[in-house]
Amino acid sequence: MQRRLKIGVLYSRVRVEEKWIFGAMEKRGIDYDRLDDRAISFDLEKPEAWQQYDAVLERSISYNSGLYALRMLNAFGVPTVNTAAVAEVCGDKLMTSAVLARDGVPQPHNMTAFSPEAALEAIEAFGYPVVLKPVVGSWGRLLAKINDRDAAEAVLEHKSTLGSVQHSVFYIQEFIEKPGRDLRIIMIGDKVLTGMYRSSEHWITNTARGGSGELCPITPEIEDICLRASKAVGGGLLGVDLVEHPEKGLVVNEINHTMEFHTMQPLSGIDIAGEIVEYVVKTAKNSG
Amino acid sequence: MSTVTCPECEAQIELVAGTEAGEIIVCSDCGVDLEVTSIEPAAVQLAPMEQEDWGE
Repeated sequence: MQRRLKIGVLYSRVRVEEKWIFGAMEKRGIDYDRLDDRAISFDLEKPEAWQQYDAVLERSISYNSGLYALRMLNAFGVPTVNTAAVAEVCGDKLMTSAVLARDGVPQPHNMTAFSPEAALEAIEAFGYPVVLKPVVGSWGRLLAKINDRDAAEAVLEHKSTLGSVQHSVFYIQEFIEKPGRDLRIIMIGDKVLTGMYRSSEHWITNTARGGSGELCPITPEIEDICLRASKAVGGGLLGVDLVEHPEKGLVVNEINHTMEFHTMQPLSGIDIAGEIVEYVVKTAKNSG
Repeated sequence: MSTVTCPECEAQIELVAGTEAGEIIVCSDCGVDLEVTSIEPAAVQLAPMEQEDWGE
């Protein structure tokens, strides 16, 4: 008789997405544990406690907690969604840009420098406006649109003086005159599940910042770029953010490895939480 | 229906049916974010402040 699967769900907060995921687990009669990332610990001499799981779904809000938990789990041989390798790439915008560049996936013009002086030189050579982004961070926080040299000098000094060392990895992106919207596409494995336009009058269109959503038909062009982006970062459950660039067409802006879908699920009418659970179960079975 | 007391303003807040431990609710009086730490018995505490590495 086949052993019953055991799934772990790692989380920080029970957001609506986690409620839907727990509900989808229960609807399918899946044996699962809720693992609060503030309460867990890993003893490297005792991997057995974690090896009881056939797969772990990572839904941490904290990038660091999620990433290190995934590293431990993968080291113990526990399959995870997503893998630590994917989280490493997606959680760091510069690493994402690097693999997209390696694979020739269209993206905005990005630059990086490691001192305020070198960053200013790169910005001056490229021209204004540009956007400065932290390499780690989400929900549209700490993005700065730099319109001139005065602003560049001020923001670069603030970042290097007030920020952690990570803020001295300066990630510089061209400012894109997008049509007041961007696209969020949900990928599950090699399938494009659904997508939406996120609109805002503000240049930051993240729905976490008040942007609104509208269903987006999946065109062959969208499917192609998303599949290439997913492959570049290592695949899995991904929220691919696209921007309509006036010259380049669709470009990949960033890729989220623990995507939120509270706007997308009701908008699309697709049971995204159910699809996620099915994917986790498939990952568990494939590893057995 | 379970009732909790806001630790910030002492308002009485009713937890709606289906509330789960780990969920964040907002105090209807003072607007502070509260984390539901337990359902039986019902308990809340001030939710942790947003950290730099939080996101999706």
